[in-house]
Amino acid sequence: MKNKVFKALGLLAVSSLLMVACTKDLNRVPPYDFTSAQVYKDAAGYKQVLAKLYAGLSLTGNAGPDGQGDIRGIDEGFSSYLRQYWQAQELSTDEAVIAWNDATIKDFHYMTWGSSDVFLKALYYRIYFQITLCNEFIRESTPSKLSERGITGADATEIGYFRAEARFLRAMSYYHALDLYGNVPFVTENDPVGAFLPPRITRTDLFNYVESELKAIENDLKAAKTNEYGRVDKAADWALLSRLYLNAEVYIGAAKYADALTYANKVIAASYSLIPNWRNLFLADNNVTGVNEVIFPITFDGGKSRTWGGTTYLVHAPIVGSMSAAAHGVDFGWGGIRTTKQFVQIFAGPAGDSRMNFYTSGQNLDINDIGTATDGYGIVKFRNVTSTGANGSNPTWTDTDFPMFRLAEIYLNYAEATLRGGGGDIPTAVNYINLLRQRAYGNASGNITSGQLTLQFILDERAKELHWEGVRRTDLIRYGQFTEGTYLWAWKGNVLNGQAVGSYRKLYPIPASDLIANPNLAQNSGY
Amino acid sequence: MSLKNLIRATGFIMLLLIAQISFAQNRVITGKVTDSKDGSGVAGATVSAKNTRNATQTKADGSFSISVPSGTTTLVISSVGFALQEVSVEGKTSVDVSLVMVSTTMNEVVVTGYGSVRRRDLTSAVTTITSKDFTKGPITTPEGLINGRVAGVQITTPSGAPGAGARILIRGGASLNASNSPLIVVDNVPLDNNGISGSANPLGLINPNDIESFTILKDASATAIYGNRASNGVIIITTKKGKAGKVKVSFSTLNSLYTVAKKMDVLSADQFTTMVKSTGNAGQQALLGTSNTDWQKEIYQNAFGTDNNISLTGGIQKLPYRFSLGYLNQSGILKTGNLSRFSGALNLSPVLLNNHLKIDFNLRGASTSTRFANEGAIGSAAAFDPTQPVHNTDGRFGGYFEWIQANQPYGLAPRNPVALLELRNDHSNVRRLIGNIQLDYKLHCFPDLRFNVNIGFDRSHGEGTVQVPDSAGQAYLNTSPTGQKTSGLNNQYQQDKKNKLLDAYFNYTKEIKVIRSSVDLMAGYGYQDFLTQSPSYPGRGANGIEYSPANPFPFESENTLISYYGRFRYTLMGKYLVSVNLRRDGSSRFNPDIRWKTFPGVSVAWVLSEEKGIKAISAISNLKLRFGYGVTGQQDIGDDYPYLARYTVGTTTAQYQFGNGFYSVYRPVGYDYNLKWEETSSNNLGLDFGFLKGRINGSLDFYRKKTKNLLSIIPVPAGSNFTNELWTNVGNMKNEGFEFSVNATVIKRKRSTWDLGINFTYNKNEITKLTKVNDATYQGVLTGGIAGGVGNTVQIHTVGFPRSSFYVLQQVYDSKNKPIEGLYVDRNGDGIINNNDYYRYKKPDPDVFIGFTSQVSYDKWTFATLLRCNIGNYMYNNVFSGAAFQSNSLPYLYNVSANHLNTGFKNNQYFSDYFIENAAFLKMDNLSVAYDFGKVMSDRATLRGSITVQNVFTLTKYKGLDPEIAGGIDNNFYTRPRIYALGFNLEF
Repeated sequence: MKNKVFKALGLLAVSSLLMVACTKDLNRVPPYDFTSAQVYKDAAGYKQVLAKLYAGLSLTGNAGPDGQGDIRGIDEGFSSYLRQYWQAQELSTDEAVIAWNDATIKDFHYMTWGSSDVFLKALYYRIYFQITLCNEFIRESTPSKLSERGITGADATEIGYFRAEARFLRAMSYYHALDLYGNVPFVTENDPVGAFLPPRITRTDLFNYVESELKAIENDLKAAKTNEYGRVDKAADWALLSRLYLNAEVYIGAAKYADALTYANKVIAASYSLIPNWRNLFLADNNVTGVNEVIFPITFDGGKSRTWGGTTYLVHAPIVGSMSAAAHGVDFGWGGIRTTKQFVQIFAGPAGDSRMNFYTSGQNLDINDIGTATDGYGIVKFRNVTSTGANGSNPTWTDTDFPMFRLAEIYLNYAEATLRGGGGDIPTAVNYINLLRQRAYGNASGNITSGQLTLQFILDERAKELHWEGVRRTDLIRYGQFTEGTYLWAWKGNVLNGQAVGSYRKLYPIPASDLIANPNLAQNSGY
Repeated sequence: MSLKNLIRATGFIMLLLIAQISFAQNRVITGKVTDSKDGSGVAGATVSAKNTRNATQTKADGSFSISVPSGTTTLVISSVGFALQEVSVEGKTSVDVSLVMVSTTMNEVVVTGYGSVRRRDLTSAVTTITSKDFTKGPITTPEGLINGRVAGVQITTPSGAPGAGARILIRGGASLNASNSPLIVVDNVPLDNNGISGSANPLGLINPNDIESFTILKDASATAIYGNRASNGVIIITTKKGKAGKVKVSFSTLNSLYTVAKKMDVLSADQFTTMVKSTGNAGQQALLGTSNTDWQKEIYQNAFGTDNNISLTGGIQKLPYRFSLGYLNQSGILKTGNLSRFSGALNLSPVLLNNHLKIDFNLRGASTSTRFANEGAIGSAAAFDPTQPVHNTDGRFGGYFEWIQANQPYGLAPRNPVALLELRNDHSNVRRLIGNIQLDYKLHCFPDLRFNVNIGFDRSHGEGTVQVPDSAGQAYLNTSPTGQKTSGLNNQYQQDKKNKLLDAYFNYTKEIKVIRSSVDLMAGYGYQDFLTQSPSYPGRGANGIEYSPANPFPFESENTLISYYGRFRYTLMGKYLVSVNLRRDGSSRFNPDIRWKTFPGVSVAWVLSEEKGIKAISAISNLKLRFGYGVTGQQDIGDDYPYLARYTVGTTTAQYQFGNGFYSVYRPVGYDYNLKWEETSSNNLGLDFGFLKGRINGSLDFYRKKTKNLLSIIPVPAGSNFTNELWTNVGNMKNEGFEFSVNATVIKRKRSTWDLGINFTYNKNEITKLTKVNDATYQGVLTGGIAGGVGNTVQIHTVGFPRSSFYVLQQVYDSKNKPIEGLYVDRNGDGIINNNDYYRYKKPDPDVFIGFTSQVSYDKWTFATLLRCNIGNYMYNNVFSGAAFQSNSLPYLYNVSANHLNTGFKNNQYFSDYFIENAAFLKMDNLSVAYDFGKVMSDRATLRGSITVQNVFTLTKYKGLDPEIAGGIDNNFYTRPRIYALGFNLEF
């Protein structure tokens, strides 16, 4: 009898143990994901995270072209950094209108955007996704972390460069935040991930931070033109500093044209040169043909780097009306983007400027209806064909890389900084401008004299040289022509002939969703 | 874990009692138990000696033999469906007993989760629908059997596709972003709510013909015993069991004709030509063809379906069994769609060890083979130019007309709808096997204590292929990462689900006569594990070239739930009832510190009809007042690892170029380490009533459900995580409502009866909190994606409004009440129309839904009908909002909804409230007539025949195709067929 009891008790004990043992089953881990220890075990792992930091500018997620998006709350194809940045910088200006009926997309051009705008929200969150990723990488790549993980020698040196590049990418995203949104949340590698409310930083303080970061990493980056294609070097750092200082008056109310000039000079001294054919800068093989001029490209590839944003968007969306998709190296056009009459008129003047490449057949110069894709001239710029006329590797996703910074902008920065009293000399400035114009005209027929070099001339020259490269809004703000009545274009302010809008629209609103999530923030005035 | 200790203690007591077994038998009594109605033997009735533990079961012919102690004077005979009887056996060795069938439902046993209870002892809102009340006719999925029959349960079939799975919402659901599906338990095996690749419906692999009853647990006092997955209610499906006795064969066949009840109203070829000629430019006019094609006619067909079932029920010695086989074959009204399903089920329910060990063994298998029609054809048919022919003359694209540009199919144009169907073979095979064995052991020494262990599994395997020939326009050209060209598709997919279950509990029941009480104690342990695996396949063209390489890793995800639970029921004087549940659940989805949560449930009931004053009123046969309160949890958010910091690796087409090399990327994943259980607490006040000896009975329930810590996907502070929106516990929501149901036998005569039933539900949903900090200026979370544009939404979750309220611009109309294109009310008066002018207007969920059933039997005829009505539900008519036409230079034409004639819109006005329509409806779902032929085949068999019409008519103001679409956005809906079915049942 006793034995029976003990046997049964034993059985019960065993089964209770089983139950306890089973609670261990609650510690499930994903079989095909990685911990940070696994990811950062060697330099190759670091490089793959670095690749994600760069890919954050071009791709929309971990699956190409879509499927594992980084950003939620918007169609994944729309969530591309470059696509959103481009829309905010271009659709809001005279350079571009879009026909589509996607949510509030026309509000950019109408200048009627509000604080719940899905596109402004997506861009904002994309910028902070990038910053958060960079912070993580910077945290994980400290010298002490490397030695903890037994990474030394050449690997550790290379990771040191990676780290400086991550700091550059973070500074660039913060620069975008300060240019577009002004007063924003501020997080660095010293802040935790998770339950944390980032403090607000003012536009001035953020300017100082970006400036200090870019200066701090200047010596940590590889020398100009010595890094792999696609990765940043000192020249990219200088280019961004030059752009930052050129706009300092807008950002902090204090002119820093001398600094803009200093850093423009550093880039110019770094043996970049204008490539012979301007159009080749925007073609499928620009990773080969453009390297002498392009300082920092965002790379794309129809085979291995697929996205619905980036240049896939910039090639497809402007194919309107009877424009040939085949001539663009793609399967079909998306019938979206054209330009205004006012932008077309900037090209008035001596004929023969090869940068003027409007598509007019079947297109009306005037835009009566933004929703009609045949209203407004088309622009032929980004294409998925090579400089020799061959198609890109894929008719849907493009190979064309996007020039984030290139020498031409630096020349224009030099000229403008000089003219605005930053030092420098006028003949050099005229020479730089004429280099651009000689390339555009194929000869000296478009050359100017120092008497012709005015600020308005430079703004127009920037439009001709850099249109659709994501700088127009910033330029117009610097020139006081973005919200003001000094320059009107079709449908500015939501009227056919254009009208001034509130000057508060020089900044985009902080998305309402983040104001709610983070009580430290405050809305930009006017919204 | 006090419950664990409780289990241990109970076990110990049990062991002590086992030790005291004594065997004293010295008298044998034999006899026969018969049915008072026809004198036939009652098989499987329990015969026990009163006040002893001796019991036996009757054989197939009703005979029994029992050994009893010498002092035994009385035998107790019981059998399900019959009134309990006691007979004196003083001085007898043989006794015959005639049992009387009980007509009242009060004694029927209701399964309630880890046990069952007599209906009269129920204390919470529970509805049972048994097979006799199921909707008859062409029902191929289980949920169709009870649609419209239960108050508080809203079932919406998603489309007319064969075997499509319905959305089931009990009392409005409890979650915002997490699953709103109720827990479905089949023979004590809780199912995985998510479907398997290749099958449209997780329930579609269960043959409705095998189902005996549905029990729906609605309020939390009842569902709390299922704690971790029960927030949205529980549906317990009990299948038909073996019955001892002679073998009974039942054969049924149902043959159905599926017809197209309604098509979308689009412009005819003539109307279209007129429109293009008046609005289009010269280029567009030149594109007009000369054909007259009704594209919807081309894609739809009348389809045939057959559903055949055979079952064998009987007993081999002491082994009652039921075995059934089913074969279903149904074609879709959308051409090329077809579903065939073989299903088999085996139930063995032996009772061994002198009635002490009950075994219930179930094995249920189904194999489906589906060809999915390409539903993209529906939208294409609505949008395709009616002046173009189906076929081209040059034989390209498989011989189908397509819009081309530069000699290729034009990317923005719709594809030929017929080609979409005919040139795509999307075929899947899915097998599912659900099995469980449940041992219920009543201790020999202590028969008041039962030990029940249930081991089960649910495994499914789905695989499929999608093939498109390389000539087809629908997948014309793809390019591999290395630049190779390929057309068409030759893709495959596969998924395996392996779910395991272990449940073990003790149950102690005791009637303590001296204090006129009975107690029922239960304590148990549960383990469930869900594993999903699928290999990674590349995207291939018809020639086998990979245009999209396989992901570097296969998919595998697993989550586990562990629970300890207990219940205490106490009944005093048969009229005061208390039930207390307690359950402690752990989920692998949450971090170890917060993954455990306790969910309580309490309910009380007072049987008023047992009180003297009311008992005296003969008209009142039952009156019971119930109150229940309970808390349930939710953790079903799809992601199995939301709290873990981790990195995922990118695919080979999401690499980044450095130099001449491409690097695959590592991405840190956003996570919330503090993610925890969503909790729903609910109150329920109910009244059950029965009058005129149960001829009229029903219930009335008021409920209030409050969900807190809503598992929602909400924006996180920018910069604080590796994503912008995350699963987080933020927000509260409530559902309030009442339900009323009554069933009445209006006429009850010898040759005729008339049963009427009505159920009425009112539910009000409101989001009460969405953010950590309350802020009235917060717009809310956009939801409700539509077709047209990219990423456009028309709904929103906002505090103070029902979830998914429509969020649109207010249309301005001209004097003739025609909407003015692009003109909206500047609601905030700031002079511009932008997203700040959107407003919340109506919602997709009904305020009220009503079901109405009627069944008239006259002689051998039975007429039955089912009507359903929804009130207060609105629909966004995406078909209408997509109807805009303007001149453009695109190389194709597209047709529009006939509503375009009313608007004349040139640009799509997707966000106009003009497109939100009242979608209240009254539908007759089912109308049937059956005839009982009685004995046939020389009296060896009985035969019954029936004719059914399903989806008889719809009355509604809604101008679109169908006012009943889950989610409230009507876009290219696969129209629900009208079905005519002829069926026969043969039993012998």
